[in-house]
Amino acid sequence: MSALYLLILASIAVAATFLGAFIWSVKSDQFEDQKGASMRMLYDNEIIQDPIIEITKE
Amino acid sequence: MLLVNEDSDLLVEEAPVKTDVLCYHCGAPCIVTGINIEEKAFCCDGCKLVYEILNTNGLCDYYKLQSHPGLSQIKPIRNYKYAYLDNEEIAKKLYKFTGGQYTIVTFYIPGVHCTSCMWLLEHLNKLDENITESRLNFTTKEVTIHFRQEKISLRKVVELLATIGYEPYISLDDSGKVKAKGFDKAKIYKLGIAGFCFGNIMMMSFPEYLSHNSGIEHQYASLFRYLNLLLSIPVFFYCATEFFTSAWKGLQQKMLNIDAPIVLALLITYSRSIYEILSGTGGGYLDSMSGIVFFMLVGRVVQERTYRSISFNRDYKSYFPIAVNVVTSSGIESRSLEMLKEKDVVQLHNDEIIPADAIVVKGNARVDYSFVTGESDPVVIKPGETVYAGGRQVGEELTIQIIKPVAGSYLTSLWNHYAFSKNKIKENKDNSAVHLLSKYFTYVLFSLAAMTAVYWWMHDPSKILPSVSAMLIVACPCALLLAATYTNGNLLRILSNNGLFLRDASVIEQLGNIDHIVFDKTGTLTQGSNHFHSSGHQLSEQEKNWLYTVVSSSKHPYSKALVAYLGKREKLKVAGWKETTGKGLEAYIDFNRILVGSAAFVGVAPAVKEKATLYVRINDKITAFFFIPEFRENVPQVIPKIAQHYTMSLLSGDNDKQRPLLQELLGIRSDLRFEQKPIDKLQYIEDLQRKGKKVMMLGDGLNDAGALQQSNVGITLADDINNFTPSCDAILDAKKFERFPSLLKLARSARSIVILSFIVSVLYNFIGLYISMTGRMSPMIAAILMPVSTLSIVLITTGASSLLGKYLGLSLKNQ
Repeated sequence: MSALYLLILASIAVAATFLGAFIWSVKSDQFEDQKGASMRMLYDNEIIQDPIIEITKE
Repeated sequence: MLLVNEDSDLLVEEAPVKTDVLCYHCGAPCIVTGINIEEKAFCCDGCKLVYEILNTNGLCDYYKLQSHPGLSQIKPIRNYKYAYLDNEEIAKKLYKFTGGQYTIVTFYIPGVHCTSCMWLLEHLNKLDENITESRLNFTTKEVTIHFRQEKISLRKVVELLATIGYEPYISLDDSGKVKAKGFDKAKIYKLGIAGFCFGNIMMMSFPEYLSHNSGIEHQYASLFRYLNLLLSIPVFFYCATEFFTSAWKGLQQKMLNIDAPIVLALLITYSRSIYEILSGTGGGYLDSMSGIVFFMLVGRVVQERTYRSISFNRDYKSYFPIAVNVVTSSGIESRSLEMLKEKDVVQLHNDEIIPADAIVVKGNARVDYSFVTGESDPVVIKPGETVYAGGRQVGEELTIQIIKPVAGSYLTSLWNHYAFSKNKIKENKDNSAVHLLSKYFTYVLFSLAAMTAVYWWMHDPSKILPSVSAMLIVACPCALLLAATYTNGNLLRILSNNGLFLRDASVIEQLGNIDHIVFDKTGTLTQGSNHFHSSGHQLSEQEKNWLYTVVSSSKHPYSKALVAYLGKREKLKVAGWKETTGKGLEAYIDFNRILVGSAAFVGVAPAVKEKATLYVRINDKITAFFFIPEFRENVPQVIPKIAQHYTMSLLSGDNDKQRPLLQELLGIRSDLRFEQKPIDKLQYIEDLQRKGKKVMMLGDGLNDAGALQQSNVGITLADDINNFTPSCDAILDAKKFERFPSLLKLARSARSIVILSFIVSVLYNFIGLYISMTGRMSPMIAAILMPVSTLSIVLITTGASSLLGKYLGLSLKNQ
């Protein structure tokens, strides 16, 4: 049954890692501009005319 | 001033609707045809110019990302407008960073709205190689630009933005506040940590709930308990801190706010849990405690969401220019407004705002005071007479001498009134019904606790402490707080989706208590003095004089309206003046052929809009004027609906020419007052409040600023919510004015929703109280009651407010 001690600690450690990731993401301004990133990915490369128009018009 | 006769068909024909030709740049219908590049049509020269700039720089992908992404360029930007940015003192205040080769500056750009905007603003380096980087925050509409300050001046950067149609909004006053407005990261951290701890504590409490009937888990019991204790430390000492500080602040002011009983419950829960765990007598109630903290934090985050691109706190400084051109012995220099002294001589151009009370030295002043007084017609002022701050010069260049410093001027002195010194946000919160309710709740709770203590003292003194503490834990008024925060949060969302943006949640309750509405006239109910919108070629001052000369001799209603629009002007020598009935006017001035009349008469393709349109052709340049109806769209339908629930008055800075019309609109019982100065408006609201009225002011301009501040709820009606609005409690999108009655109804019902869900939660509380008073409270029951009551409150509040919104025909989704 002592395996349970290890498992409990491991599970908390995993959860704490996610909490750390969350705090890091807030700290590094990832929630500052939520709309911008989704648009920016559309024009990273030169635009090929037709498909983009269809996407943005939706 | 309704000069336009509905059935007059002499000059203008209702233009037949043709296939819409939309401007390639901004998407506005092309009233005037002929401004083309290849097959692309433009509505005005401004839009065409932007296209040309982008085209030569290979930036036409701008038009591929989104069709018609541009902003209308119909109002040209004066080329000396940003001259003040050459003044290093002023420029320095705008820099975010400067050093070495590069300077970084951030601008707020109200016009940002789509993917194309973003794409273009992030490709500024293609337009000018000295701009090294630009990045847009789409949510806040702020663009951060890195540039080589030795190669390109700040003024050039701003002018570049302005030429491509993204004129930044520059205000020294605002620049400091924008940063503070960013979202509260500490709150998000607290939320995340509370969520993490709550989840884990809940998980580790499960064995505890079931420990009655199995022995295997027992050996782990103390491990789980101590882990829970460890996890609860950040919840109590970090996440819950804002409740402690708020309760403490309230107590310092001898106020029992809603956070006080919550803090009491938290304290008791925490200390009892620690005692139980350390003494080994039980598992404590840490799961309930951390759950409550988590849900309350969620509620607060939902309720306190802010509209980050809207500013509610602008004062007159945002309206005024940042700097003016001062004439000194060594020439003209740009000087910031704070440096402006009495006796300074200032040069003003067309459309510039008079910064301080002054005497006209040279030039003919035609001052538009609509900003300050609401008076719609420009006033002619001769040299030697006084002009007041806030007026806008229309026409020629003007030289004035300042007689009072900016802060002491007639208009700005309004801000010294005590109405501006009170803290409305705090007042709203202190008077909130939730706080009142919680006060009674606390009294009832304490008397019940005392009764329980007395009862057990007589029967079994050892049960006093456990039962009383259990009772205080269970009866935590967090349900009331949750009910209020979740209702407000959802209402804020619905209201903003329907065009009403509130400064904060406390305004909802104020909105529900209103019984009297005061309207401003110009700009709110009516659309101002200009009964025309013009499009196409922009007339110069000289051309306006020509047009005035031609139409002033005509008796036609449209001609008369145009004369009123142009204002009194010089009459010039005219040759060959001819009026063709049913078609239009023709005349020559200095060999310039001038035609005024229908589309066919002037020789253009008819307009695309159904509006009555008048065409003017000067040589080969064409301008279209179309009439704007007297009232704002929807006003005649909306006002009667509002009248069913509220008494109304109207305050106008204008004269009483429109009294009969307005009296008919607002009803006979409504009080109409004309020629009201800003301070009169403020005092009128004060008088109403003294009579016990809860007043809402609906205004639009700086002249309403005092009244907006004094009223219980001050709402600004804005055509563009990102534009300049005076300080207020809420901003209403003018395009969605027809939903205003429904929005008011929704706000009125907020209190009933809160009370309904509160009653439900009180029911749960009674069950819990009964159990704890009889001394049978177990962690298991507490662990079930807490989430169930919280969930039902969340469901009832958001469900009821959404249903009601739907019933009132409001849109629940963001459009």
